[in-house]
Amino acid sequence: MIFKDPRIKSRDITPQDVFAHRRKLLKILTVGSLAAGLSSSLQYEAFALTENNQKKLKAKYNQKYSVKDKHTSFKDATNYNNFYEFGMDKDDPARYAKSLITRPWTISIEGLVQKPMTIDFDSLIKLSALEERVYRMRCVEGWSMVIPWNGFSLLNLLNKVEPLGTAKYVEFITLADPKQMPGLSSSIIAWPYLEGLRLDEAMNPLTFLTFGIYGEILPNQNGAPVRIVVPWKYGFKSAKSIVKIRLTDQEPITSWHRTAPMEYGFYSNVNPNVSHPRWSQSTERRIDGRNIFSSKIKTEMFNGYEEYVAQLYTGMDLRKFY
Amino acid sequence: MNIILVKRIVFVLGLIPLLRLFILGYLGDLTANPIEFITRSTGTWTITFLCMTLAMSPLRWITGFSQWVQLRKTLGLFTFFYGFLHFTIWYWLDHNLNFLAMISDVIKRPFIAMGFIAFVIMSLLAITSNQTAMRLLGGKWKMLHRFIYLIAILAVIHYFWHKEGKRDFTVVYIYTGTIFSLLFIRIPWIKRFIKK
Repeated sequence: MIFKDPRIKSRDITPQDVFAHRRKLLKILTVGSLAAGLSSSLQYEAFALTENNQKKLKAKYNQKYSVKDKHTSFKDATNYNNFYEFGMDKDDPARYAKSLITRPWTISIEGLVQKPMTIDFDSLIKLSALEERVYRMRCVEGWSMVIPWNGFSLLNLLNKVEPLGTAKYVEFITLADPKQMPGLSSSIIAWPYLEGLRLDEAMNPLTFLTFGIYGEILPNQNGAPVRIVVPWKYGFKSAKSIVKIRLTDQEPITSWHRTAPMEYGFYSNVNPNVSHPRWSQSTERRIDGRNIFSSKIKTEMFNGYEEYVAQLYTGMDLRKFY
Repeated sequence: MNIILVKRIVFVLGLIPLLRLFILGYLGDLTANPIEFITRSTGTWTITFLCMTLAMSPLRWITGFSQWVQLRKTLGLFTFFYGFLHFTIWYWLDHNLNFLAMISDVIKRPFIAMGFIAFVIMSLLAITSNQTAMRLLGGKWKMLHRFIYLIAILAVIHYFWHKEGKRDFTVVYIYTGTIFSLLFIRIPWIKRFIKK
């Protein structure tokens, strides 16, 4: 009887003759690489250089949309993350997101648009001039950071695809590949992670299509290679590692709303007056290297972006639409 | 082994979780959100010491050595000690020692209420853990200290509710399983069964 493990695919199995002659093969490979030694080491250096250059992003500082608060350190912003695709603990993403493959990467924009398109990362990042914006990031859990992001307003991309008059919402669909993302084995939320905005929220210039952080391309744990940042909403609204953007006429059922509808609403605007069922949202703990025994700071309405976004919600009861 | 020596060893071991926090603090390794880390760490150690306290009587029944029970007081006081740190950090750094703000949080949020009630009862047990209180209370002392079972149940609910949003119950299940086994084992006919 032959035992077959269904998880092992035939393409993963080393062919018998390769296995039997593996020592010989290694010898051939070694001699070959010695011969090619000089050229390959040159190539290696060239590669390292371009990779280094590509890590830096040229972005123009946008003063209007930047806060003056003290920045969170790069170390804290890249080691204290919620990115459940890589595990539930705050240090899991930094530890496990290395397995995320960010090139090639394409993102498709579809649904209720005149010109649906699929665009690869290198073209997408050139679609508009990159800006640097220092935004506050307020997590629903009660902590906040101040992070310089690099990217451009999402509206630059949305204008390219020409939303139809019937489009009312924008849905963000993120990558869900169990081979790259160990956290998908847990069933806390339904994968892929889905987020959404109303179209006018998505078209607000503050909504930022983001490729970098602190002038460098996004580290994997921060949602590489492309994410959005919506600074007046709780952090989980800012979907990471986006593969698809879909315009619809129905309010998207976002992942967290589906998991715990009483706790996480579709809007999830930062609002000190509306408590989370299990904790108050009136204060937050700022992560910026201050003394650890400092008291919490007051959370601002719309995270301090009231002047730019309050008009989106005129006449709405924000207790009901939390 | 000399029980006084064992008690001293347990006392030193019991301080290790606190020492660890100081070392991590000194190394700047308390994560990006140190207060949350300290609050959670002291909370977890409270429930760990609670489990250890509850394990002493069953260990006596199983092994037949009565000395286990003599460690109960030290372990119980460590439970209170870490619970006290857990509560104080939250009261101080989440509520700026504002009593009304703290109480209104307790009233509004059942998850916090469970922890708070457990802490209040635990304080009573800690205060009455000395010989004088024992003598004064007489027969009532034993009854009062049976409230540890209620504390254990409240602590489990508190932990469960805390983790509810993320639905990450793995660790909670381990503690719940441990506590319920330790309570279950006290049911008279099961106790009779395991007693040496």
